[in-house]
Amino acid sequence: MTPRLVQAVLPDALSAALCSSGLYLRMDPFVVHVRSAIPIVADGIKRLYAGHACWTEGGQFADFHVSVRRKWRPSRPLCLFEMDGQQPFTPLAYGEAYAFLEWGLNWCITSYCHNWITLHAAVLERDGRAVILPAPPGSGKSTLCAALMLDGWRLLSDEMALLDPRTGLLTASPRPISLKNASIDIMRRRAPSAVMGPVALDTMKGTVCHMQVSADSTARARELATPAWIIFPRYVAGAPLTLSARAKADALLHLHRNSFNHHVHGRQGFETLADVVERCDVYDLHYSDLDEALACFDRLSA
Amino acid sequence: MSGGTTGQVMLVRALQRPQEMALFSGQQWDHVIRLARVADLSARLGFLAQRDGVWDQIPEAPRKYLESALRLADRQHRELGYEIQEIELALRSLNIPVVLLKGAAYVAADLDAAKGRVVSDVDVLVPKTALPEVEAALMLGGWASSARSDYDQRYYRTWMHELPPMQHLQRGTVLDVHHAIMPVSARIHPSSALLLSEARPLQPGSCLHVLAPIDMVLHSATHLMHEGSFEQGMRGLVDLDALLREHGSAPDFWPHLVARATALQLTRPLFYALRYVGMILGTVVPQDVLAGLDQAHGARPGAWRLKWMDAMFTRVLCPPHPLVADRWTPLARGFLYLRGHWLRMPPGLLTLHLLRKLWRSPSQGA
Repeated sequence: MTPRLVQAVLPDALSAALCSSGLYLRMDPFVVHVRSAIPIVADGIKRLYAGHACWTEGGQFADFHVSVRRKWRPSRPLCLFEMDGQQPFTPLAYGEAYAFLEWGLNWCITSYCHNWITLHAAVLERDGRAVILPAPPGSGKSTLCAALMLDGWRLLSDEMALLDPRTGLLTASPRPISLKNASIDIMRRRAPSAVMGPVALDTMKGTVCHMQVSADSTARARELATPAWIIFPRYVAGAPLTLSARAKADALLHLHRNSFNHHVHGRQGFETLADVVERCDVYDLHYSDLDEALACFDRLSA
Repeated sequence: MSGGTTGQVMLVRALQRPQEMALFSGQQWDHVIRLARVADLSARLGFLAQRDGVWDQIPEAPRKYLESALRLADRQHRELGYEIQEIELALRSLNIPVVLLKGAAYVAADLDAAKGRVVSDVDVLVPKTALPEVEAALMLGGWASSARSDYDQRYYRTWMHELPPMQHLQRGTVLDVHHAIMPVSARIHPSSALLLSEARPLQPGSCLHVLAPIDMVLHSATHLMHEGSFEQGMRGLVDLDALLREHGSAPDFWPHLVARATALQLTRPLFYALRYVGMILGTVVPQDVLAGLDQAHGARPGAWRLKWMDAMFTRVLCPPHPLVADRWTPLARGFLYLRGHWLRMPPGLLTLHLLRKLWRSPSQGA
């Protein structure tokens, strides 16, 4: 089978491939070989990767060979993530199988991609300039990230910035945005036509549901981007919007701490991050209203 | 299984003749990267590709994993350098030789075997009589014994050739302090006094030493062949291959190897190690050395035993990956696991120890 879009493959054929020899899926900059007999996983891939190229025969290089499979337990069914026979995580509830695939892929990237400095941050781009949104869980980063993407920003990643330690440029790896709890309904209301994946209830992060990436973000995934802003967003219920400059030294330490592999990159990594911070405008953004926040980003990028 | 065979053949070709990496297809890279990941050999491949000038001819998709692994290995070497300095600071006032072993030694002595080698824990060999002072000095330096139970403490101190692993309280680094290269309870007892007497200081006046070249090879061979777990077996072969090529170029290496192995009771592990590094990686050993080893006491096993061992070792000394496993691989791993324990301790102790491990493993993850 030559590469075809996921949406052009008959659903049954796709499920059958996932159950047997597996499906090769292009998720720039990676090719991932996925196997899973779990219906939720097939369903999630069909919906969330509809516009991605896929094929079934081997014969090419794949970055990661992964599977999510059922683990039988007398009490309750579980599922297991494997990369090439390794099981980096303890099993999760069966209903979390699709989310497990996405989390497992994040693990693959943070474990094997030290060619980049990997930062825990969302990244979006407009007119060639990228904004890095480093933030701890619960700060509303994913919600803001999804809203910006719906507003026309190109998504590079909702979870991980891939920064080239030599050039300081960002590589895109647009994958479905992981929405949690209240933000799932917020996004459903804002964008009734947005494609959502399977809902996983009662995960460690609460309810989790992934949202499809915009067609533009997928199509332009191979374009690198130059960091222009570093914005630390924080959702504060009822608060008026404030955008205030943040000390660059403080931002640098924060970014460094948010890096998954600063221990690998050492001094060069620190200097690259310092360069990036130096060249970017750095702000704290406190907001409660998404539309106000979007308007603020419009003004910044105007 | 044809795909699997391809993977193993390609990995070996990349290790033996790095220039051929320029010609690998996408599928061949797919197998090579997967095998190199589980065998911890990605950084070694990256080093070889750079050394032999084929780096730029490798497609970017697989090459980024070589680069990633090289960066990680570089970092580990840097941290290891720091750790070794700290160990020297903690122990130098004791006026005893502290011999770095395995990866730490290769890195500290800047040997070819260190290039692109993953390193984590540090192993050192010290005179047995100095153990109490060494342990005390390390505790003052911030290392603490990490063995959790009384059983572990007793087991290590009574039967093993090392203290229970010590972990640094701040850095989390692990240090294994040995007084011998084989357990007290093992069948063979290479003399630590002999090893220490030939050890070479890293720098004049430093307490840090490495084993003499021949002893380093013998230790590498013994470590590889007497282990019970072979997850890193392929990497062990690559170490040995690099050591043999580098040390073997010195004029006084090969002529004295067999006599030294005999003096240290290590002829059998040397026999196996040279046999399999030759069979699997094609390392060339001079004919007269092999002939001499055949005649050495206890080196060559009987014909049937050797056939059986060939079947076992060729299965486990490749990366632990489904691509290169056949139906007999699990049996080979199980058999050699038991053999590893069998060589370490007499049957009664072995039975008690394995029962103990079996009993404890589900709850304590030991």
